[in-house]
Amino acid sequence: MTNETQKSLFDKVWERHVVSFETHEQPATVFIDLHLIHEVTTPQAFTVLKERGLKVRRPDLTLATIDHSTPTLLNEDGSRPYVNEQAKKQVDLLLANAKTHGITTHGWDSPYRGIVHVMGPELGATQPGMTIVCGDSHTATHGAFGALAFGIGTTQVGHVLASQCILMRKPKSMCVWVDGELSDGVSAKDVILAIIANIGVGGGTGHVIEYRGTCFENMSMSERMTVCNMSIEAGARAGMIAPDVTTVAYFEDKVMAPDDLAQTASDWLSLASDPDCIYDKEVRLDAADIKPMVTYGTHPGMAMPIDGTIPQENEKALTYMNMQAGLAIAGTKVDTVFIGSCTNSRIEDFRVAAKILKGKSVAKSVTAVFVPGSEQVKAEAEGEGLDKIFLQAGAQWREPGCSMCIGMNGDIGRPGDLIVSTSNRNFEGRQGPGVRTVLASPATAAASAVKGVITDARGLS
Amino acid sequence: MSFAPFKTLTSQTLVLRTQNIDTDQIIPARFLTTTSREGLGKLAFNDWRYDADGKENNHPLNSDTAKACQILVTGHNFGCGSSREHAPWALMDYGLRAVISSEIADIFHTNSLKNGFLPIVIEASAHEWLLDNPGVDVTIDLETCEVRLPKNGGTYPFKTDPFSRHCLLAGQDELDYLLGQDAAIAKYEARNV
Ligand code: SF4
Repeated sequence: MTNETQKSLFDKVWERHVVSFETHEQPATVFIDLHLIHEVTTPQAFTVLKERGLKVRRPDLTLATIDHSTPTLLNEDGSRPYVNEQAKKQVDLLLANAKTHGITTHGWDSPYRGIVHVMGPELGATQPGMTIVCGDSHTATHGAFGALAFGIGTTQVGHVLASQCILMRKPKSMCVWVDGELSDGVSAKDVILAIIANIGVGGGTGHVIEYRGTCFENMSMSERMTVCNMSIEAGARAGMIAPDVTTVAYFEDKVMAPDDLAQTASDWLSLASDPDCIYDKEVRLDAADIKPMVTYGTHPGMAMPIDGTIPQENEKALTYMNMQAGLAIAGTKVDTVFIGSCTNSRIEDFRVAAKILKGKSVAKSVTAVFVPGSEQVKAEAEGEGLDKIFLQAGAQWREPGCSMCIGMNGDIGRPGDLIVSTSNRNFEGRQGPGVRTVLASPATAAASAVKGVITDARGLS
Repeated sequence: MSFAPFKTLTSQTLVLRTQNIDTDQIIPARFLTTTSREGLGKLAFNDWRYDADGKENNHPLNSDTAKACQILVTGHNFGCGSSREHAPWALMDYGLRAVISSEIADIFHTNSLKNGFLPIVIEASAHEWLLDNPGVDVTIDLETCEVRLPKNGGTYPFKTDPFSRHCLLAGQDELDYLLGQDAAIAKYEARNV
């Protein structure tokens, strides 16, 4: 629903990109400003291009990296231990396809290589007002900049490669308002888990969410990315936050930032939603009510305050998780702690973890796997000496990639293991067959690594 | 990609009552290193169907009856999670052509239509009846956008995007349509350097 004169951020970005309008018979044709590609969801799309003799229409608006199937450890001789031949083949194929079509690629030799949703913003490739797609559902991350960014399937990856456009009907709009101050020890991850628990895993289906209110205005870009990243876990294709001074300041040191930043910035700021724009759906939460959150079940909507007791619902999920309704979740034994993924693998996340781990040790029974989101995050963390803090505490500090978020590269847990993970999905088997995932913030993950049980970081001395 | 036109389909239903079946259940991530779209049917619902040693267990999905079904009926919010198109590819290679539920996740929905796999959201009463009566013969008519239940169980309408419906009925590829807009795209590009 659109009020003719009062437009939302989403309306404004959408309207700027319509090549041909939507009618009853056909969807809109929407131009894409940035197409991010990686090894997993592109091979079959490039095959279609080849079969039909098509070329990539705008290699200049396409950016490639390798992140999902890539090993996060190195062999002693510096070679890479791929989980299997097929994974290596997939990575090599992406590099070859990108080369054939003249697409800029941040491969093994690039200082910018990283998880696609960490790399795009860090380069400054992600910019306010853009339309951004990637064959990956967490593309919503880029909405933190006021871009309209969403995940697409492989057929659509092919469409964008060939035409730089996608066919789509305009989704509905939804506003999630969170006003007020967060309590000490409550992070952006806790906010988004609380939102998903509130609206449900299907609560955003068919909608683009705009996050509004002082809670988001007070957040850094890194925190805003954490929030927008998980929009898909509420079923929403995209999540957006209006560009403001924090957004503009982010670009000051980015390699792909516009040359005329000051001038461009005034256009970016004009994208903010008009005061009386109308959304199809609105939800309000009070920031002061949000506590550190963890999941207890097998989808991200099954989240609860860390100081609460496990709710009595969804027997199947509790059976899989080997958790018992009515008991406190804090104190549950932990086998592995994973800090990483496009949700929480930026420098700010590792600073939080380092603060908790400094001078402490990871519990003997726990394997702690820390995986920076990109080469840049890795270099910056090492520049600050965070890697030493982690290694001294007994945690692993690995090469950048998706790693245990999805386990495609072989970084998985053992059946039955409980992993406290800063990633975004706790589906059955997501981190390996039979593995039990508890989603949490970097602070909760680090505190749980120290204690060997699910631990509220606020109580840690 | 073009595919066989979809007009009407009559088949026994395969029922999975579970709600929120995510794409990691439909095909686990560790199989996504494939660079082709063929042969994924044996991996459909892999972790439900096979023991740790890779042997088929007695999950209903392994029965010959299930494998002969072309219509899947599932609990609410089917296909949530990742954008992997491997999910509809795996379901189709398993032998399915359509899924009926009370809610279907967005990206899965889009991906399915682009492969000639029909996602159908049907009203609650008919959905519940289908969940409670597995294995019945159901007809999906895409020309009239109706699901017909057996034994005078009634006819229930469903909504399909008119454009996707047109492409499915004709077995037509959306990419051709997009490429046909070359001039409009070039005009847009010229305006927005
Ligand atoms: S980190 Fe996880 S969610 Fe993010 S892109 Fe990689 S696999 Fe997807």
